[in-house]
Amino acid sequence: MVHYQDRLDTTFAALADVTRRGVLEQLGNSDASITDLAQRFQMTLTGMKKHVNVLEQAGLVTTEKVGRVRTCKLGLRRLEEEAAWIEQHRQLWSARFDALDKLVEHLKIKEKANAQSKRR
Amino acid sequence: MLKANAGNPVATNRTAVARKSDYELEVTRTFDASVHLVFEAWSNPELFKLWWVPKSAGMTLVSCDMDIRTGGTYRLVFRHPAFDQPMAFFGTYKEVTPNKRLVWTNEESEQGAVTTVTFEEHAGKTLVTLHERYPTTAALDEALAGSAEGLPEQFAQLDELLAGRS
Repeated sequence: MVHYQDRLDTTFAALADVTRRGVLEQLGNSDASITDLAQRFQMTLTGMKKHVNVLEQAGLVTTEKVGRVRTCKLGLRRLEEEAAWIEQHRQLWSARFDALDKLVEHLKIKEKANAQSKRR
Repeated sequence: MLKANAGNPVATNRTAVARKSDYELEVTRTFDASVHLVFEAWSNPELFKLWWVPKSAGMTLVSCDMDIRTGGTYRLVFRHPAFDQPMAFFGTYKEVTPNKRLVWTNEESEQGAVTTVTFEEHAGKTLVTLHERYPTTAALDEALAGSAEGLPEQFAQLDELLAGRS
């Protein structure tokens, strides 16, 4: 089973590198082959393959091999969907628990008042 | 994990939502009161119905029957202006341990979750952990889409979308 926590760790690890962030920016403009990316970032093919592999593992990039050329494109959708999903749940539970917070505060004041009136 | 309310530094007691796995959702929040008060707000129907339906949701709770004891059942009926028919949510309390734990099923659909709420008091404050476990990943993904509580939020989003288009 894939754990979301693990997936987010993978995502953040993938983003913690200046070359990989550069690659994402580049792919945001247009799809590119590993060779294009290696040239642009002045790296060996093997070095660039490693970076792309990390990004692919994190779901940030998808690649497709046609003939001898591997084309890379952005795969950001999954991350956005996940964030939106969490946000939707957070809105509901925040609203609910804010109301509960107010009610509990009210109960607390009432209990205190009762305790004081009993003492008198 | 993504922490809730990250953009709201004013709030001291934050609601945090995390997806724990493909099947589980967890919501946590600390309340500034002792556990017996917080538990009462969950287990007394008169109090429960004051907060369970967010005002922003635009829904009304038509009826709220809760037989809070292990093996007891509950039935909540909601109405929303956008729907002709009321919506019912019902299930069974699997465990009711005062000031400690509540476990209930959601039986309105076969894809319903089992909800576990735990209450822990630390230095006069109470940590509430709500955990929902769904039978399938798809059920969790669609949890809000299909729930009455999620609908108004979606309508608000639709309103925004439509306003932007006109």
